[in-house]
Amino acid sequence: MRTIEQYLPDHPFFAGLDGPTLALVAGCATNVSLAAGEYLCREGDPADQFFVVRRGRVAIEVHSPTAGTLVIDTADEGDVVGWSWLVPPYRSSFDARAAEATGVVAFDGACLRGKCEADSRLGYELMQRVTQVMNLRLEAAQVRLLDLYGAMGTTDAAAR
Amino acid sequence: MPLLAEPTAVQPGASEMVPRLFRLVERRQDTADTFTILLEPNDGVPLAFSPGQFTMLSAFGVGEVPISVSGDAHATGPLQHTVRDVGAVTHALSRASVGDVLGVRGPYGTGWDVGDAHGRDVVFVAGGIGLAPLRPAVLEVLSHREDFGRVVLLYGARSPEELLFVDELKQWEGQGMEVLVTVDYGRESWAGRVGLVTKLIPRAGFDPMSALALICGPEIMMRHTALALVGRGVRSSRIRVSLERNMRCGIGLCGHCQYRELFVCVDGPVLPYAQVTGLLGLREV
Repeated sequence: MRTIEQYLPDHPFFAGLDGPTLALVAGCATNVSLAAGEYLCREGDPADQFFVVRRGRVAIEVHSPTAGTLVIDTADEGDVVGWSWLVPPYRSSFDARAAEATGVVAFDGACLRGKCEADSRLGYELMQRVTQVMNLRLEAAQVRLLDLYGAMGTTDAAAR
Repeated sequence: MPLLAEPTAVQPGASEMVPRLFRLVERRQDTADTFTILLEPNDGVPLAFSPGQFTMLSAFGVGEVPISVSGDAHATGPLQHTVRDVGAVTHALSRASVGDVLGVRGPYGTGWDVGDAHGRDVVFVAGGIGLAPLRPAVLEVLSHREDFGRVVLLYGARSPEELLFVDELKQWEGQGMEVLVTVDYGRESWAGRVGLVTKLIPRAGFDPMSALALICGPEIMMRHTALALVGRGVRSSRIRVSLERNMRCGIGLCGHCQYRELFVCVDGPVLPYAQVTGLLGLREV
Protein backbone atom coordinates (compact mmCIF):
# COMPACT_ATOMS: atom_id res chain seq x y z
CA MET A 1 0.00 0.00 0.00
CA ARG A 2 1.31 3.42 -0.93
CA THR A 3 1.99 6.01 1.75
CA ILE A 4 -0.28 9.03 2.01
CA GLU A 5 2.33 11.24 0.34
CA GLN A 6 2.59 8.81 -2.55
CA TYR A 7 -1.18 8.53 -2.88
CA LEU A 8 -2.23 12.18 -2.74
CA PRO A 9 -0.71 13.42 -6.05
CA ASP A 10 -2.85 10.89 -7.98
CA HIS A 11 -6.04 12.00 -6.30
CA PRO A 12 -8.13 14.47 -8.35
CA PHE A 13 -8.83 16.59 -5.25
CA PHE A 14 -5.12 17.28 -4.80
CA ALA A 15 -4.16 17.38 -8.49
CA GLY A 16 -1.88 20.29 -9.30
CA LEU A 17 -0.54 20.85 -5.79
CA ASP A 18 3.26 20.98 -5.72
CA GLY A 19 5.40 18.62 -3.63
CA PRO A 20 5.99 20.89 -0.61
CA THR A 21 2.28 21.76 -0.42
CA LEU A 22 1.32 18.09 -0.61
CA ALA A 23 3.80 17.32 2.16
CA LEU A 24 2.21 20.06 4.26
CA VAL A 25 -1.26 18.59 3.70
CA ALA A 26 -0.08 15.01 4.26
CA GLY A 27 1.28 16.11 7.64
CA CYS A 28 -2.33 16.45 8.82
CA ALA A 29 -3.43 13.05 7.47
CA THR A 30 -3.66 9.49 8.72
CA ASN A 31 -4.87 6.24 7.17
CA VAL A 32 -7.98 4.81 8.77
CA SER A 33 -9.65 1.43 8.17
CA LEU A 34 -13.31 0.94 8.99
CA ALA A 35 -15.43 -2.17 9.20
CA ALA A 36 -18.85 -2.13 7.56
CA GLY A 37 -21.25 -0.18 9.77
CA GLU A 38 -18.64 1.95 11.52
CA TYR A 39 -19.24 5.69 11.48
CA LEU A 40 -16.75 8.27 10.26
CA CYS A 41 -18.80 11.07 11.79
CA ARG A 42 -22.27 11.71 13.19
CA GLU A 43 -24.64 14.59 12.57
CA GLY A 44 -24.00 17.45 15.01
CA ASP A 45 -20.57 16.19 16.06
CA PRO A 46 -17.62 18.60 15.83
CA ALA A 47 -16.42 18.42 12.22
CA ASP A 48 -12.78 17.99 13.05
CA GLN A 49 -11.95 15.78 10.07
CA PHE A 50 -12.56 15.29 6.38
CA PHE A 51 -11.95 12.12 4.43
CA VAL A 52 -10.72 10.87 1.09
CA VAL A 53 -12.01 7.39 0.30
CA ARG A 54 -9.23 5.01 -0.80
CA ARG A 55 -11.36 1.87 -1.06
CA GLY A 56 -14.87 0.75 -0.18
CA ARG A 57 -17.94 2.94 0.14
CA VAL A 58 -19.19 5.58 2.57
CA ALA A 59 -22.92 6.20 2.96
CA ILE A 60 -24.02 9.74 3.78
CA GLU A 61 -27.16 9.46 5.85
CA VAL A 62 -29.87 11.53 7.40
CA HIS A 63 -32.34 10.35 9.99
CA SER A 64 -35.99 11.25 9.89
CA PRO A 65 -38.38 10.36 12.71
CA THR A 66 -41.00 9.30 10.15
CA ALA A 67 -38.94 7.86 7.27
CA GLY A 68 -36.15 6.37 9.37
CA THR A 69 -32.57 6.46 8.14
CA LEU A 70 -32.13 7.43 4.48
CA VAL A 71 -28.94 7.20 2.48
CA ILE A 72 -28.84 10.43 0.47
CA ASP A 73 -25.43 10.03 -1.15
CA THR A 74 -22.51 7.65 -1.31
CA ALA A 75 -18.80 8.25 -1.72
CA ASP A 76 -16.62 5.66 -3.44
CA GLU A 77 -12.91 5.35 -4.09
CA GLY A 78 -11.46 8.75 -4.89
CA ASP A 79 -14.39 10.74 -3.50
CA VAL A 80 -14.15 13.34 -0.73
CA VAL A 81 -16.41 13.25 2.32
CA GLY A 82 -17.07 16.37 4.41
CA TRP A 83 -16.53 20.08 4.09
CA SER A 84 -17.92 21.21 7.45
CA TRP A 85 -14.34 21.28 8.81
CA LEU A 86 -13.85 24.44 6.74
CA VAL A 87 -17.13 26.21 7.50
CA PRO A 88 -18.05 27.59 10.95
CA PRO A 89 -19.45 26.36 13.28
CA TYR A 90 -17.50 23.24 12.21
CA ARG A 91 -20.30 20.74 12.90
CA SER A 92 -21.13 17.68 10.77
CA SER A 93 -24.41 18.04 8.91
CA PHE A 94 -24.94 14.32 8.24
CA ASP A 95 -23.92 10.89 9.43
CA ALA A 96 -21.20 9.19 7.38
CA ARG A 97 -21.08 5.39 7.70
CA ALA A 98 -18.86 2.79 6.09
CA ALA A 99 -21.30 0.81 3.92
CA GLU A 100 -18.68 -1.95 3.53
CA ALA A 101 -15.08 -2.49 4.66
CA THR A 102 -13.59 0.89 3.81
CA GLY A 103 -10.22 2.62 3.86
CA VAL A 104 -9.97 6.39 4.05
CA VAL A 105 -7.35 9.05 4.46
CA ALA A 106 -8.56 11.17 7.39
CA PHE A 107 -7.42 14.80 7.52
CA ASP A 108 -7.35 16.68 10.80
CA GLY A 109 -9.50 19.75 10.16
CA ALA A 110 -8.03 21.89 12.93
CA CYS A 111 -4.49 21.06 11.76
CA LEU A 112 -5.36 22.00 8.16
CA ARG A 113 -7.18 25.19 9.19
CA GLY A 114 -4.11 26.23 11.14
CA LYS A 115 -1.88 25.65 8.12
CA CYS A 116 -4.33 27.48 5.86
CA GLU A 117 -4.30 30.52 8.15
CA ALA A 118 -0.52 30.54 8.19
CA ASP A 119 -0.28 30.06 4.42
CA SER A 120 -3.01 31.91 2.52
CA ARG A 121 -1.96 30.30 -0.78
CA LEU A 122 -2.65 26.83 0.68
CA GLY A 123 -5.92 28.15 2.10
CA TYR A 124 -6.96 29.45 -1.34
CA GLU A 125 -6.01 26.17 -3.06
CA LEU A 126 -7.96 24.06 -0.58
CA MET A 127 -10.93 26.43 -0.61
CA GLN A 128 -11.07 26.21 -4.42
CA ARG A 129 -11.07 22.43 -4.28
CA VAL A 130 -13.66 22.18 -1.51
CA THR A 131 -15.85 24.66 -3.41
CA GLN A 132 -15.74 22.41 -6.47
CA VAL A 133 -16.88 19.45 -4.39
CA MET A 134 -19.64 21.57 -2.83
CA ASN A 135 -20.71 22.80 -6.27
CA LEU A 136 -21.00 19.28 -7.68
CA ARG A 137 -22.97 18.10 -4.66
CA LEU A 138 -25.26 21.14 -4.82
CA GLU A 139 -25.95 20.62 -8.53
CA ALA A 140 -26.67 16.95 -7.96
CA ALA A 141 -28.99 17.79 -5.05
CA GLN A 142 -30.84 20.38 -7.16
CA VAL A 143 -31.39 17.94 -10.02
CA ARG A 144 -32.56 15.26 -7.61
CA LEU A 145 -35.03 17.74 -6.10
CA LEU A 146 -36.83 17.56 -9.44
CA ASP A 147 -37.66 13.92 -8.68
CA LEU A 148 -37.03 13.10 -12.34
CA TYR A 149 -38.13 9.50 -12.13
CA GLY A 150 -41.16 10.16 -9.99
CA ALA A 151 -43.59 13.02 -9.80
CA MET A 152 -42.60 14.66 -13.09
CA GLY A 153 -44.03 11.85 -15.16
CA THR A 154 -47.69 12.11 -14.30
CA THR A 155 -49.19 11.67 -17.75
CA ASP A 156 -49.25 8.86 -20.28
CA ALA A 157 -46.51 10.66 -22.23
CA ALA A 158 -44.06 9.62 -19.51
CA ALA A 159 -45.03 5.96 -19.65
CA ARG A 160 -42.35 5.09 -22.25
CA MET B 1 -65.98 -11.02 -18.55
CA PRO B 2 -62.80 -9.47 -19.91
CA LEU B 3 -61.98 -6.00 -18.68
CA LEU B 4 -61.50 -4.65 -22.20
CA ALA B 5 -64.16 -5.55 -24.72
CA GLU B 6 -63.00 -7.15 -27.95
CA PRO B 7 -63.80 -4.86 -30.87
CA THR B 8 -64.84 -5.96 -34.31
CA ALA B 9 -61.90 -7.49 -36.19
CA VAL B 10 -60.30 -5.36 -38.90
CA GLN B 11 -58.26 -6.31 -41.91
CA PRO B 12 -54.54 -6.08 -41.15
CA GLY B 13 -52.95 -3.29 -43.15
CA ALA B 14 -56.30 -1.68 -43.93
CA SER B 15 -55.00 1.62 -42.65
CA GLU B 16 -52.01 2.94 -40.75
CA MET B 17 -54.47 4.34 -38.26
CA VAL B 18 -56.30 1.08 -37.60
CA PRO B 19 -54.78 -0.99 -34.81
CA ARG B 20 -54.04 -4.68 -35.14
CA LEU B 21 -55.54 -6.85 -32.45
CA PHE B 22 -53.25 -8.52 -29.92
CA ARG B 23 -54.22 -10.76 -27.04
CA LEU B 24 -52.54 -10.31 -23.67
CA VAL B 25 -50.87 -13.64 -22.83
CA GLU B 26 -48.82 -12.67 -19.78
CA ARG B 27 -48.65 -9.80 -17.32
CA ARG B 28 -45.91 -9.12 -14.80
CA GLN B 29 -45.78 -6.42 -12.11
CA ASP B 30 -42.18 -5.14 -12.16
CA THR B 31 -42.42 -2.42 -9.52
CA ALA B 32 -45.22 -0.64 -7.67
CA ASP B 33 -46.13 1.41 -10.76
CA THR B 34 -44.50 -0.44 -13.65
CA PHE B 35 -45.66 -3.58 -15.38
CA THR B 36 -44.73 -5.68 -18.39
CA ILE B 37 -47.26 -7.15 -20.81
CA LEU B 38 -46.70 -9.83 -23.42
CA LEU B 39 -48.96 -9.76 -26.45
CA GLU B 40 -49.68 -12.29 -29.21
CA PRO B 41 -51.16 -11.13 -32.53
CA ASN B 42 -54.67 -12.41 -33.21
CA ASP B 43 -53.78 -12.83 -36.90
CA GLY B 44 -50.66 -14.87 -36.05
CA VAL B 45 -48.31 -12.47 -37.87
CA PRO B 46 -45.54 -11.35 -35.51
CA LEU B 47 -44.70 -7.68 -35.29
CA ALA B 48 -41.12 -7.08 -36.47
CA PHE B 49 -39.36 -4.09 -34.93
CA SER B 50 -35.94 -2.55 -34.44
CA PRO B 51 -34.63 -1.86 -30.91
CA GLY B 52 -35.72 1.65 -29.92
CA GLN B 53 -38.93 1.72 -31.96
CA PHE B 54 -42.33 2.24 -30.35
CA THR B 55 -45.89 1.17 -30.99
CA MET B 56 -49.17 2.91 -30.32
CA LEU B 57 -50.91 0.72 -27.74
CA SER B 58 -54.69 1.00 -27.40
CA ALA B 59 -56.90 0.28 -24.48
CA PHE B 60 -60.17 0.24 -26.42
CA GLY B 61 -62.64 2.82 -25.25
CA VAL B 62 -59.97 4.69 -23.30
CA GLY B 63 -57.25 5.76 -25.72
CA GLU B 64 -53.89 5.16 -27.30
CA VAL B 65 -50.40 5.71 -25.95
CA PRO B 66 -46.90 5.47 -27.46
CA ILE B 67 -44.82 2.80 -25.74
CA SER B 68 -41.39 1.57 -26.79
CA VAL B 69 -40.99 -2.15 -27.29
CA SER B 70 -38.98 -3.69 -24.44
CA GLY B 71 -38.58 -7.22 -25.81
CA ASP B 72 -35.92 -8.96 -27.87
CA ALA B 73 -36.15 -7.88 -31.51
CA HIS B 74 -34.51 -11.08 -32.73
CA ALA B 75 -36.42 -13.63 -30.66
CA THR B 76 -39.64 -15.25 -31.72
CA GLY B 77 -42.43 -14.95 -29.22
CA PRO B 78 -44.83 -12.39 -27.89
CA LEU B 79 -44.47 -8.64 -28.30
CA GLN B 80 -43.25 -7.16 -25.01
CA HIS B 81 -43.93 -3.72 -23.56
CA THR B 82 -42.89 -2.39 -20.16
CA VAL B 83 -45.20 0.40 -19.10
CA ARG B 84 -45.39 2.85 -16.25
CA ASP B 85 -48.89 3.39 -14.90
CA VAL B 86 -49.06 7.19 -14.89
CA GLY B 87 -52.12 8.27 -16.88
CA ALA B 88 -55.61 7.23 -17.92
CA VAL B 89 -54.56 4.97 -20.81
CA THR B 90 -51.64 3.33 -19.07
CA HIS B 91 -53.85 2.79 -16.04
CA ALA B 92 -56.39 1.00 -18.25
CA LEU B 93 -53.55 -1.08 -19.75
CA SER B 94 -52.35 -1.92 -16.24
CA ARG B 95 -55.80 -3.34 -15.43
CA ALA B 96 -55.90 -5.58 -18.51
CA SER B 97 -55.87 -9.31 -17.75
CA VAL B 98 -54.61 -12.33 -19.61
CA GLY B 99 -56.97 -12.95 -22.52
CA ASP B 100 -57.92 -9.30 -22.99
CA VAL B 101 -57.47 -7.80 -26.44
CA LEU B 102 -55.48 -4.63 -26.98
CA GLY B 103 -54.78 -2.62 -30.11
CA VAL B 104 -51.30 -2.20 -31.53
CA ARG B 105 -50.20 0.15 -34.33
CA GLY B 106 -46.68 0.33 -35.59
CA PRO B 107 -43.82 -0.15 -35.02
CA TYR B 108 -42.90 3.47 -35.58
CA GLY B 109 -39.88 5.70 -35.48
CA THR B 110 -36.14 5.32 -35.55
CA GLY B 111 -34.11 2.74 -33.64
CA TRP B 112 -30.87 2.74 -31.68
CA ASP B 113 -28.90 1.21 -34.58
CA VAL B 114 -26.26 -0.44 -32.39
CA GLY B 115 -24.77 -2.16 -35.45
CA ASP B 116 -23.05 1.18 -35.95
CA ALA B 117 -20.84 0.37 -32.93
CA HIS B 118 -19.31 -2.86 -34.20
CA GLY B 119 -15.75 -3.18 -32.93
CA ARG B 120 -16.20 -0.28 -30.53
CA ASP B 121 -17.30 0.32 -26.95
CA VAL B 122 -20.98 0.82 -26.19
CA VAL B 123 -22.29 2.82 -23.24
CA PHE B 124 -25.96 2.56 -22.29
CA VAL B 125 -27.25 5.18 -19.86
CA ALA B 126 -30.75 4.63 -18.52
CA GLY B 127 -32.86 6.65 -16.11
CA GLY B 128 -35.94 5.11 -14.49
CA ILE B 129 -38.35 3.56 -17.01
CA GLY B 130 -35.79 4.54 -19.69
CA LEU B 131 -34.17 1.14 -19.27
CA ALA B 132 -37.17 -0.47 -21.00
CA PRO B 133 -36.63 1.13 -24.45
CA LEU B 134 -32.90 0.38 -24.14
CA ARG B 135 -33.42 -3.28 -23.25
CA PRO B 136 -33.83 -4.52 -26.87
CA ALA B 137 -30.56 -2.79 -27.81
CA VAL B 138 -28.81 -4.30 -24.77
CA LEU B 139 -30.07 -7.75 -25.78
CA GLU B 140 -28.91 -7.23 -29.35
CA VAL B 141 -25.40 -6.24 -28.24
CA LEU B 142 -25.14 -9.10 -25.74
CA SER B 143 -26.31 -11.63 -28.31
CA HIS B 144 -23.36 -10.56 -30.51
CA ARG B 145 -21.05 -9.73 -27.62
CA GLU B 146 -17.85 -10.57 -29.53
CA ASP B 147 -18.67 -7.92 -32.16
CA PHE B 148 -18.28 -5.09 -29.64
CA GLY B 149 -15.58 -3.70 -27.39
CA ARG B 150 -16.37 -2.87 -23.79
CA VAL B 151 -20.07 -2.69 -23.00
CA VAL B 152 -21.30 -0.62 -20.07
CA LEU B 153 -24.72 0.04 -18.58
CA LEU B 154 -25.13 3.03 -16.25
CA TYR B 155 -28.54 2.91 -14.65
CA GLY B 156 -30.17 5.39 -12.30
CA ALA B 157 -33.51 4.97 -10.57
CA ARG B 158 -35.45 6.74 -7.86
CA SER B 159 -34.99 4.04 -5.21
CA PRO B 160 -33.85 0.41 -5.01
CA GLU B 161 -37.50 -0.71 -5.06
CA GLU B 162 -37.97 0.99 -8.43
CA LEU B 163 -35.09 -0.71 -10.25
CA LEU B 164 -36.26 -2.63 -13.31
CA PHE B 165 -35.06 -6.00 -14.62
CA VAL B 166 -33.01 -6.61 -11.45
CA ASP B 167 -32.42 -10.30 -12.16
CA GLU B 168 -31.41 -9.53 -15.73
CA LEU B 169 -28.89 -6.91 -14.60
CA LYS B 170 -26.95 -9.68 -12.84
CA GLN B 171 -27.30 -11.92 -15.88
CA TRP B 172 -26.01 -9.15 -18.17
CA GLU B 173 -22.97 -8.70 -15.94
CA GLY B 174 -22.26 -12.40 -16.42
CA GLN B 175 -22.44 -11.88 -20.18
CA GLY B 176 -19.61 -9.37 -20.18
CA MET B 177 -21.35 -6.08 -19.48
CA GLU B 178 -20.17 -3.67 -16.78
CA VAL B 179 -23.30 -2.67 -14.88
CA LEU B 180 -23.19 0.34 -12.55
CA VAL B 181 -26.37 1.23 -10.70
CA THR B 182 -27.27 4.23 -8.58
CA VAL B 183 -30.45 5.44 -6.90
CA ASP B 184 -31.64 8.85 -5.73
CA TYR B 185 -32.01 7.61 -2.16
CA GLY B 186 -31.95 4.31 -0.33
CA ARG B 187 -32.72 2.81 3.04
CA GLU B 188 -29.95 1.93 5.46
CA SER B 189 -29.96 -1.64 4.12
CA TRP B 190 -29.07 -0.45 0.58
CA ALA B 191 -25.36 -1.09 0.10
CA GLY B 192 -25.24 0.20 -3.48
CA ARG B 193 -24.51 3.66 -4.83
CA VAL B 194 -26.65 6.73 -4.18
CA GLY B 195 -26.47 9.80 -6.40
CA LEU B 196 -27.10 11.03 -9.91
CA VAL B 197 -26.48 8.70 -12.83
CA THR B 198 -23.97 11.24 -14.19
CA LYS B 199 -21.77 10.40 -11.20
CA LEU B 200 -21.18 6.96 -12.74
CA ILE B 201 -19.70 8.31 -15.97
CA PRO B 202 -16.14 8.92 -14.68
CA ARG B 203 -16.13 5.44 -13.10
CA ALA B 204 -17.19 3.46 -16.17
CA GLY B 205 -14.55 1.64 -18.20
CA PHE B 206 -14.87 2.73 -21.83
CA ASP B 207 -12.88 4.55 -24.45
CA PRO B 208 -14.58 7.92 -24.96
CA MET B 209 -12.93 8.45 -28.33
CA SER B 210 -14.59 5.42 -29.91
CA ALA B 211 -17.63 4.76 -27.75
CA LEU B 212 -21.22 4.94 -28.92
CA ALA B 213 -23.46 6.20 -26.09
CA LEU B 214 -27.20 5.55 -26.01
CA ILE B 215 -29.24 7.50 -23.45
CA CYS B 216 -32.84 7.04 -22.43
CA GLY B 217 -34.62 8.69 -19.53
CA PRO B 218 -36.29 11.94 -18.54
CA GLU B 219 -35.18 14.80 -20.78
CA ILE B 220 -33.32 16.70 -18.06
CA MET B 221 -31.44 13.54 -17.14
CA MET B 222 -30.50 12.99 -20.80
CA ARG B 223 -29.29 16.59 -21.11
CA HIS B 224 -27.06 16.34 -18.04
CA THR B 225 -25.83 12.88 -19.05
CA ALA B 226 -24.95 13.96 -22.59
CA LEU B 227 -23.04 16.97 -21.23
CA ALA B 228 -21.13 14.72 -18.82
CA LEU B 229 -20.31 12.27 -21.63
CA VAL B 230 -19.07 15.10 -23.84
CA GLY B 231 -17.06 16.30 -20.83
CA ARG B 232 -15.39 12.90 -20.69
CA GLY B 233 -14.51 13.14 -24.37
CA VAL B 234 -17.36 11.33 -26.16
CA ARG B 235 -18.17 13.05 -29.46
CA SER B 236 -21.70 14.45 -29.57
CA SER B 237 -22.19 12.75 -32.94
CA ARG B 238 -21.63 9.41 -31.15
CA ILE B 239 -24.35 10.05 -28.55
CA ARG B 240 -27.98 9.13 -29.22
CA VAL B 241 -30.99 10.09 -27.14
CA SER B 242 -34.58 8.84 -27.18
CA LEU B 243 -37.01 11.72 -26.97
CA GLU B 244 -40.36 11.53 -25.25
CA ARG B 245 -43.04 13.61 -26.91
CA ASN B 246 -46.79 13.51 -27.31
CA MET B 247 -46.94 11.03 -30.19
CA ARG B 248 -50.49 10.51 -31.48
CA CYS B 249 -50.66 9.41 -35.11
CA GLY B 250 -47.19 7.85 -35.20
CA ILE B 251 -46.79 8.63 -38.90
CA GLY B 252 -45.91 12.32 -38.99
CA LEU B 253 -49.35 13.65 -39.90
CA CYS B 254 -50.97 15.15 -36.84
CA GLY B 255 -48.12 17.33 -35.55
CA HIS B 256 -48.71 16.59 -31.87
CA CYS B 257 -45.10 15.48 -31.41
CA GLN B 258 -43.58 18.32 -33.43
CA TYR B 259 -40.31 19.48 -31.93
CA ARG B 260 -39.45 22.57 -33.97
CA GLU B 261 -38.50 21.10 -37.38
CA LEU B 262 -38.73 17.49 -36.20
CA PHE B 263 -41.65 15.12 -35.93
CA VAL B 264 -40.46 12.90 -33.10
CA CYS B 265 -42.68 10.00 -34.21
CA VAL B 266 -40.92 9.67 -37.58
CA ASP B 267 -37.61 11.55 -37.20
CA GLY B 268 -37.18 10.06 -33.71
CA PRO B 269 -37.67 8.93 -31.06
CA VAL B 270 -33.97 8.02 -31.28
CA LEU B 271 -31.99 11.02 -32.50
CA PRO B 272 -28.32 11.95 -32.57
CA TYR B 273 -27.55 14.25 -29.66
CA ALA B 274 -25.66 16.48 -32.10
CA GLN B 275 -28.95 17.11 -33.91
CA VAL B 276 -30.89 18.15 -30.80
CA THR B 277 -28.18 19.70 -28.61
CA GLY B 278 -29.56 23.20 -29.11
CA LEU B 279 -33.17 22.10 -28.85
CA LEU B 280 -32.83 20.33 -25.50
CA GLY B 281 -32.07 23.57 -23.71
CA LEU B 282 -34.74 25.65 -25.43
CA ARG B 283 -37.93 26.66 -23.71
CA GLU B 284 -41.37 26.44 -25.31
CA VAL B 285 -40.31 24.08 -28.11
